[in-house]
Amino acid sequence: MRVITQLAWHAFRDAARGRVLYVLVPFAVLLIGAAWLSGQLTAGQEVKIVKDLGLTAAALCGLFTAVVLGVGLLAGEVERRSVYTLLAKPVRRHEVVLGKYAGLVLALVVNVGVLAIVLYGVLAFVAATESAEARRGWETPAVDPALLKACFLILVQLMVVAAAALFFATFSSPALAAAMTLGLYVAGHFNADLQTLEEIVGPGLTASLATGLSFVLPNLAPFNVTAEVVHAQPVPPGYVALTTATGLVYAALFLGGAMLVFSRRDLT
Amino acid sequence: MAAVRLLALTKDFDIGFWRRRPVAALQGVTLDVAPGEVLGYLGPNGAGKTTTMKLLVQLLFPTSGSVEVLGRPAGDVAVRRRVGFLPEAPAFGDNLSAEELLIHYGRLFGFAAPDARRRAARLLDRVGLDAERRRPLRRCSRGMRQRVGVAQALLNDPEVVLLDEPLAGLDALGRRAVRSLLLSLREEGRTVLLSSHILSDAEALCSRIAILARGRLAAAGRLADLGLEVRGWELVVAGVTPAQVAAIEPAPERVTRADDGRCVIALPRSRPPEPILAELIRGGARILALAPQHETLEEFFVRTVAGREAEREAAG
Repeated sequence: MRVITQLAWHAFRDAARGRVLYVLVPFAVLLIGAAWLSGQLTAGQEVKIVKDLGLTAAALCGLFTAVVLGVGLLAGEVERRSVYTLLAKPVRRHEVVLGKYAGLVLALVVNVGVLAIVLYGVLAFVAATESAEARRGWETPAVDPALLKACFLILVQLMVVAAAALFFATFSSPALAAAMTLGLYVAGHFNADLQTLEEIVGPGLTASLATGLSFVLPNLAPFNVTAEVVHAQPVPPGYVALTTATGLVYAALFLGGAMLVFSRRDLT
Repeated sequence: MAAVRLLALTKDFDIGFWRRRPVAALQGVTLDVAPGEVLGYLGPNGAGKTTTMKLLVQLLFPTSGSVEVLGRPAGDVAVRRRVGFLPEAPAFGDNLSAEELLIHYGRLFGFAAPDARRRAARLLDRVGLDAERRRPLRRCSRGMRQRVGVAQALLNDPEVVLLDEPLAGLDALGRRAVRSLLLSLREEGRTVLLSSHILSDAEALCSRIAILARGRLAAAGRLADLGLEVRGWELVVAGVTPAQVAAIEPAPERVTRADDGRCVIALPRSRPPEPILAELIRGGARILALAPQHETLEEFFVRTVAGREAEREAAG
């Protein structure tokens, strides 16, 4: 455990000093600011637009952070050969995978946390500058605690994506691993459509293939509750718990695969 | 018990995209390194030296045969606490400084933070990087990274040190610092396996050498016992006149004059250097150095391997 903690702290520090966070986080902050500006053009809808675009910005920023860091922490280190000196130390390969994953999750927590604080700050500013009459027209308060549920599920989804990135990084180049992870993310959000494709195209090879794929790919759509939160739909705690448990199972499967592959891989 | 033991070690790599076929990088290499021995592991590029080093720290897994370090399999975590490893052209995460990297590695060995910090400072001082210890590694030259690599390999006071081309990429000052470090390892009685393709490095540092050619062990023993052919002599003299050089008959193979008045004279093997030395001394020249010029490792391999193949063909 001591080794994993040390590796996690090192991975987090490495990520924090990398350029990825310095580019993506300000970009997302700008996006949230832009959401407030565009909200000014739509009377009465600015809170919804800020929430919608703010959560989307947090999810996208987190996605690119998870992919770039997740791939770079393993495939990048293998490609640069900086992993050689590390693996010659008294560490087991599965500890390296777990330690790097833990550091990456820590970076994602900070990432989503910072963006959530910025989002709440912008929403508080909107609430403070609007008239009481305008505020009465909102479906939900600007500083809505339900946003935390959406942020939390975004984080769980990013944990799945990070685990997938690490898994792909154990056996492919950084570019290929990044492409596969992004592909998985997109396909994961259309998982439900794959299951119902047969109703549109009719039975056949395409439909069977799509159904088969829907069982293999993780279903990422349930992690996105932005629409529910923005439009004051309930997100029950039971739903959050079940979705989180599903996410943890996905992440554990990817991590298990990553540890298995990396433990047996020749580092040429 | 051998400190390092390779037993019938074979490693194949699969190459090709569609039709993958195995290519042998190492073929049945058997070699023991005794405790306290400094063994030069020599061979031209592509001979299999780096593959062996990687097998010793389980960056690679053997196709067949076995690797033991300090009596345990190469992948044993407990053994890694007692082993130091410098890969060829070492690379590190760019965002850290040399000091931070060494402290991080020290913590992985289980050292408390103050101890790890102390070890890092001592080793960076020893490799001549004390002043640069806080410089981000991305801003370090290749030579500086090489020295950081040497420092991290010695962080745990290892009993066995595996060094893959430790002098590559170093300037004269760096070479001197690392050479003196390697000599001190020898004096401290540590077991060192030093891979290099430069014979003179092994001559200066190693008590025994093993030569690898095309994945096979071509020879092992003390350098003097291996039968490397002397191709000629290199004579360094000072205070010699052009007339004296011209008087050497038949003419030497090559004469190079330095600005400081020194003169380097290359003699073929067929010319015994003693009479020429006597003649130059009589003329007032000062002899600074006389060194035999061995055939290069590549020439040795070609001769050894070609000889073996011819023997095999004759026998077959």
